[in-house]
Amino acid sequence: MNEKPLFPDLNVPPQPQRDETGPAHTNADGTVTVLGYKSIDGGHESSEPLQGNYQPKQKVQALILTGFGINCEEEYAAAYRMAGAEATIVHLNQVLHGHVSIHDYDILNFPGGFSFGDDLGSGVVLANKLRYRKNAEGRTLLDDIREFVANGKFVMGICNGFQVLVKLGLLPNLSGNVTPEVTLTHNASGRYEDRWVRLKVNPESNSPFLKGIDTMEVPVRHGEGRLIIKGEETLAEIEVRALNCLAYTDFDGSPTDVYPHNPNGADLNCAGLTDTTGQVFGLMPHPEAFLSLYNHPDWARRKRQNPHLSEEGDGLKLFRNIVEHVQSQRQTAVTPQEARQFSS
Amino acid sequence: MESTQRTIQLLLKPGQHDGEGQRIAEAAQRHLGLHTGRVQSTALYTVRYPVTDEQLRDFATHCLQDPVLHDVALDEFRHDPGYKSYILVAKLPGVTDDEGISAQNALGDFLNQPLDTHTQHIFSKRLYFLEHELPESSLRRLAEELLGNKMINRFETGPITLIRDYTPRPGGGAESITDTVRLLGLSDEELIKLSKDNLYALNLEEMRAVRDHYTSIAAERQAAGLPQDPTDCELEIIAQTWSEHCKHKEFSALIKYKDADTGETFEVDSLFKTYIKDATSEVDRQLRANGNDWLIKVFSDNAGAVRINPESLFVWKVETHNSPSAIDPYGGAITGILGNNRDPLATGIGGARLLFNTNVLCFGNPEFSGTLLSNQLHPRRIFEGVRKGIEDGGNKSGVPTVNGAIVFDDRYAGKPLVYCGTGAVMPMQLAGLDSWEKKIDAQDRIIMAGGRVGKDGIHGATFSSIELDETSPATAVQIGSPITQKLAMDFLILATRRGLIKCSTDNGAGGLSSSIGELATISGGAVVELEKVPLKYPGLRPWEIFVSESQERFSLAVEPAKLDELLALGQEMEVELTDIGYFTSDGFLDVRFDGESVAHLNMHFLHEGVPRKVLEAEWSIPQAQEPALPTDLDYTDVLSRLLGSLNICSRESVIRQYDHEVKGRTIIKPLMGATGQAPQDAAVVRFNFESWEGVAVSNGILPRFGDLDAYHMSAGAFDEAVRQIVAVGGKLPNLSYGDGNFWSVNDNFCVPDSVYDPIGNPDGKQKLAKLVRMCQALRDATAAYCIPLTSGKDSMKNDFKADGVKISVPPTVLYSMTAKIEDVRRTITSDFKQADDVVYLLGETYDELGGSEFYQLFNELGANVPQVRFEEAKALYTLMGQANDQGLIQSCHDLSDGGLAVALAEATFGYGFGADVELPAGDLSVTAQLFSESHSRFVATVAPEDVVAFEQHFGARATRLGRVTPDGQLTVRHGGQTVVSASTAALRHEWTNGPVNRIIGFGQHEAAH
Repeated sequence: MNEKPLFPDLNVPPQPQRDETGPAHTNADGTVTVLGYKSIDGGHESSEPLQGNYQPKQKVQALILTGFGINCEEEYAAAYRMAGAEATIVHLNQVLHGHVSIHDYDILNFPGGFSFGDDLGSGVVLANKLRYRKNAEGRTLLDDIREFVANGKFVMGICNGFQVLVKLGLLPNLSGNVTPEVTLTHNASGRYEDRWVRLKVNPESNSPFLKGIDTMEVPVRHGEGRLIIKGEETLAEIEVRALNCLAYTDFDGSPTDVYPHNPNGADLNCAGLTDTTGQVFGLMPHPEAFLSLYNHPDWARRKRQNPHLSEEGDGLKLFRNIVEHVQSQRQTAVTPQEARQFSS
Repeated sequence: MESTQRTIQLLLKPGQHDGEGQRIAEAAQRHLGLHTGRVQSTALYTVRYPVTDEQLRDFATHCLQDPVLHDVALDEFRHDPGYKSYILVAKLPGVTDDEGISAQNALGDFLNQPLDTHTQHIFSKRLYFLEHELPESSLRRLAEELLGNKMINRFETGPITLIRDYTPRPGGGAESITDTVRLLGLSDEELIKLSKDNLYALNLEEMRAVRDHYTSIAAERQAAGLPQDPTDCELEIIAQTWSEHCKHKEFSALIKYKDADTGETFEVDSLFKTYIKDATSEVDRQLRANGNDWLIKVFSDNAGAVRINPESLFVWKVETHNSPSAIDPYGGAITGILGNNRDPLATGIGGARLLFNTNVLCFGNPEFSGTLLSNQLHPRRIFEGVRKGIEDGGNKSGVPTVNGAIVFDDRYAGKPLVYCGTGAVMPMQLAGLDSWEKKIDAQDRIIMAGGRVGKDGIHGATFSSIELDETSPATAVQIGSPITQKLAMDFLILATRRGLIKCSTDNGAGGLSSSIGELATISGGAVVELEKVPLKYPGLRPWEIFVSESQERFSLAVEPAKLDELLALGQEMEVELTDIGYFTSDGFLDVRFDGESVAHLNMHFLHEGVPRKVLEAEWSIPQAQEPALPTDLDYTDVLSRLLGSLNICSRESVIRQYDHEVKGRTIIKPLMGATGQAPQDAAVVRFNFESWEGVAVSNGILPRFGDLDAYHMSAGAFDEAVRQIVAVGGKLPNLSYGDGNFWSVNDNFCVPDSVYDPIGNPDGKQKLAKLVRMCQALRDATAAYCIPLTSGKDSMKNDFKADGVKISVPPTVLYSMTAKIEDVRRTITSDFKQADDVVYLLGETYDELGGSEFYQLFNELGANVPQVRFEEAKALYTLMGQANDQGLIQSCHDLSDGGLAVALAEATFGYGFGADVELPAGDLSVTAQLFSESHSRFVATVAPEDVVAFEQHFGARATRLGRVTPDGQLTVRHGGQTVVSASTAALRHEWTNGPVNRIIGFGQHEAAH
C-alpha cells in the first residue's frame, strides 16, 4: 500500500488550509437547508457539500457531532483522518432536523465538551434531546441510533460523549431497552481535573475498538467521571460480560482506586464501558488528545532516551482499530451493507 | 398574567455521598468558625410554565432526576430528619441562570414544543439544610461568604419550619421613557455633582466640553425638533465613549515630566503615541526592510494580527478585568475570559478560531489574617472565585488554558488584577475578502447576535474608570454564560466563512453604545431602533438598553441582500439574531425608540471632542540600600524556604483544574515530565494537525522590581517574556531576510491612580513618573529585540478605598508574548533529561539581589535592581536559536524568581534526577550566584557528546556548572565547600506543599459516608 505519511516532513510545505463552507440553500418559503461541512483537516471545513444520498464509499465514514457546547470535535476528526477514515463534523441540529442521516455513516461519534453547559449534570440535556425531540416524521434520534446499532454499526463517546451515552442508557444497556442503568457523577475529589492516567484494557472485552491493546496512557479532563453502578446484580453482570472494558491503573499496571491514578473514584476503577455487542463504546479519558507523541507530558525525555520512538500517540490505536475493523467487515461482506434510507 | 408556579426538588438518595454538603460544613468551620453539623444540599427548579401534574412529574423523573442518584420531591421542600436550619440561594432578577435555561431546554425537548429559550421559564436554586440551629446572622454570613454573593444572589435563611421561597420577578411594563438632563447653564459645582451622581466618571473639564458643545448647537437642535439639553441616553453615550476604559485619556495626555534629582524636564506628547505606536512603527520599518512583512494589524481593531503563513493569521489579545473581579470574583473572571475571547472572534470580519487562553492573576496574600475593610473581599475568596471563574470560562469554551502566572503582593488585596489572554487563528481570506479588514457601507444592517439585554453590567466602562469604594454599584456585575457564547462563536465561524458577515465587533464595555458607536465611524453614522433589541425582561429604559453590558453579544454589519440567509443560519444554530437598525453616512449616531429620538449625536464630537488631559510627573530615585544579612546562612534551608514561598511554590492545584489540552494541540504544557510536576517557561501550541508549525506563549510580570525602579521593572518584565520563549526554542524575529518568524506582544499596564491631587493623591506625580519610565523601557526593549507590540490595554485606577483607607496596586505591567515556532517537535522543556548530561549557566550573573525573592524572605527590598543589558541578551538569544538548530540543547530553564538555585531545583522535578554543581570562583558572592535574579539567563543541559560543539558555540557566555546525576541529590559547591545539599524529592515536596496548593487544596477522594 502506498500510504501518505501522516505527518508531513518539515521539508514538505504545509497544505493550504481551506477554510470555507458550502452555501446554505434557502427555499421559497424561507426555510434554510444547511449543508453539512466536511472536515478536511483539524477544524477546517471544505466547500464540498455533503452527499444527500447514500453511496458506497471507499473510505470508512465517521460522523462527528458538534454544536451546543461540544468542543473536542476537531481532534476527534483528526484522529479518524489519521486512521485512514473520512471524518465529517456536523451540527447536531443538522441530524435532528433530518438534513443529515446517521445511516450514511459507519461510526457515530459523540465528542467531549460541555453539551448545553452541563448545568443539569453532564450530558443530561443532550441525552434528553436525543430521547425526546422528534423530527417531522415523529422519530427521535434515539430511534435512529438503535437501528444504527442493530445494523451492526458503531457508536463511540468520549468524555461528555460517554456521559451522554450513559445517561441515554445506550451504555451498558444490559436490558436491551435503553434505560439508564449506571451513572457518571462528580469525581470523588469534588473537582474537575486535567491529568494523565494509565489504562488497562479488560482482556475479556469483545469490543473491536480495543482489539490488541493492553495498556494506554491518556489524559482525563473531567469533573463528573465517577462511574456509579446501582445494585450488586448490575455490577456483577457488567463484570461477567466484561463490559467494564477499561480500568485506571497505578504505575505497575494494576487496577487501582487510589487517587490520583484513579482520578475520580469510579466503581470497578472503570474508565470506559461497552454495551453487550461491543459496538457501542464510551470512555472518560481522551484518546483523541494523544494522537502524537508530542502530546505526552514526558515526550521530551522519552524521545531523548529513544530517538527512534514512534511519533504516534497511544490514543490513535483505538481509531485505527475501529477503522480497520469496519474495513475488514466490508471485505468479508458478500453484499454491500444495507443502508437505511432516511425516508421522507 | 403568569402561570402557576411549580417546584421540583432533587435530593440525593439515602446512601449517596453528599460531597457539596460535606465541603460546605468543612469550609464553614475552617473559614468562618461556624458549626453547622451535617449539611444536606438539594437542587430546586421553579417552573413558571403551564404543565399538567403528570407532565411535571414525568419531566422531573425523566429529565432532571438521575435515577441512580436522586429522589424527586414535587411542590414541597423535603429534607432528611434531624435538620434545623435552611439556606435558600436564588438568583437576583436578570442574573445569568444557565442551569435554569438548560432545564428549560430539556422541558422543550420533553414536551416537543418550541419553548422559547430566550425568555426564562425555569429558575434554578439551591436549598441547603443544616443540622444545627444557627442564628439568622450566622446563616446570613454563611450564605454571603460561602454559598453566594449578595451582588448576584438572593438568600432566604431561617429555621426549617419556616422555609421562604424566592423566585426572581422582573419589573413589569416597558419603560420607554427618555428624560433630558439639564446641562445648559450649569455651574462648575453642578457639573461635577451631575457627573458623580450619574456615574459618568467625567471630570470638570470634560463636563464643560459637553455643556459647551450643547450650548453651541442649541439652535441647530431646536430646529431639528430636539431638546436643547442632552437626553439621558446622549450623556450616557458620551460618558461611555469618553471613559478612560474606552478612550485611554491618560495614555493620550500631554505629560510634563521632571526628574527631581537631575532637574531634567521634558514633555511626552501621549505615552501611547510616543512609546508604543511610534516604537512599533519603527520596528515594522526594520522588519519590512528585511523582507519580514508579517505585521498585518496593530492597535486598530479588537485584537492585533500577524501572518503565520500565506494562508492564515494569528490573532492575539490580552485584557484585564480587575474591578468586577474585586466585587464578584467568579463573575468578574468568567466575564473577563469570555469578553477577551470575543476580541479575537470579532477582529476584522470576525470568526477566528480560538486556539488558547493564558491568564495572569495578581492577588493579595490569601493567608491574610487582619481586618478587612468595608466591602473588601478576603484575598483567599477572591483567589478561589477567580480561579473557579477561569475554570468555567475557559473549560466550557473549549479553549485550553495553556499557561499563566499568579503573583502575590499585599497591595493587590483591594483590587486584584485579572489578565485574560486569547490566541486565535484566522484564514487570511474569508469568502474571498481580506479577513482582517473591517468594511461597512451605508444601508448595511446592524445585527445584534447572542445573549439578551438586561440591567446587568450597566456602567461597566465608567465604573472601571474610577476607583472602587464601599458603595460600588451592584449593576456593574455580570456573569458570563460560556454556553451562550459558544453557540454564538460556532455561528460566527460558519457565517463568516459563508461570506454572510461584512464585519463584526463584540459588545463589551459600553455595550451597544460602544460597539455601534465604533462601527459607525467606518460608514459615518448609524440609526439604531432600540425597541427591537430583545430584552431579558421588561422595565429597561432606552438608555439602559443602549449601554447595558449584558454579555455574549456581538454586533454585526450585514449586507441587506445577505440578511435572510444569515437569519436562517442563526435559527438553525439557535443563536438569536436581531436586526436593530442600519449604518448611515450622515455623520450622526441616531438612536430611536418606537420612532422617537433617544439620542442624536454628532459622531465627530463624540469621538474627537474629549478635551486632552495635561498631567504632571515627577521622578526621584527612591532611597534604598542593600541589607546586611547574617553571614552564616544555611543555603539548603534558604532554598527550601524559597521553594515553599508564596510566589515560587507550585500552582498545580490551580493548573490541573484548567483544561490545558483540549483541541489536542498543546505541546508544552505548564507542568511536564514523568512526574507531571516540572514547571515550564513558555507554553507551545501547534496550529493544526497537518503541519508542525506552532506558537510559543509567555508572560513577563515583575511588579516587585518597580519599588526600586519602574524602568528596570518594565525592561525586566519584557526580557522575562522574551527569554521564556527563547528557553523553549523560539527564535528572535528578523534575524535573517524574510525568515517570517513572527512575534506579537500585548502590553497591559495596570497602575494606581496617577493623576496628582494635593489631597486625594499627593504622590500622583511620582506614580505617573513611574508609568512614564515603564513606557520608556518598553520602547527601548521593542527596539532592542525588534519585537512589535500588536495590541494592549491600560487600566488606570486600580485603587480600593474604604473606611478612609486606600489600597493601591503597585504599578504593574504585563507583557504577553507569542512567537512562531517552526517545528514544535524541536522545542525544549525545562526538566533534565538524562544522567551525565552537562549543566551550564548561560548568561551573566550580577550582584543584583534588589527586589529578589531571596531578600523577600528576610523582609528586605535591597537596592541593586536587576537591569537588562539588551545587546548582550540579544546576542545570547541569537546564539541559542542557532544551538537549537543544531540540536545542542537537551533542557533549558529560564532564571527568574529565586535565581539559579530555584531553577536548578525545578529542573530536577520532572523525573527525579539530581545535579552536582560547582559555582565558579570569582568576586561574586555565593548568595548572589545562587539567588540573584539577574535577567537574560538560563540553566541548560547538554549531552556529553555535544559538549565541545556547545562550548565552542557559546564561548564565554556559557559557564559549565556540573552534571546531571541519577541519585536525586542536588549538590552545589563553591570553592571546595558544599553550600547546598538536598534531596530533590524533599525539595519537590516543599514546592508542592506550598501555600497555594494548601489553600486551593489537593485533589483527593473525599471519604464517603
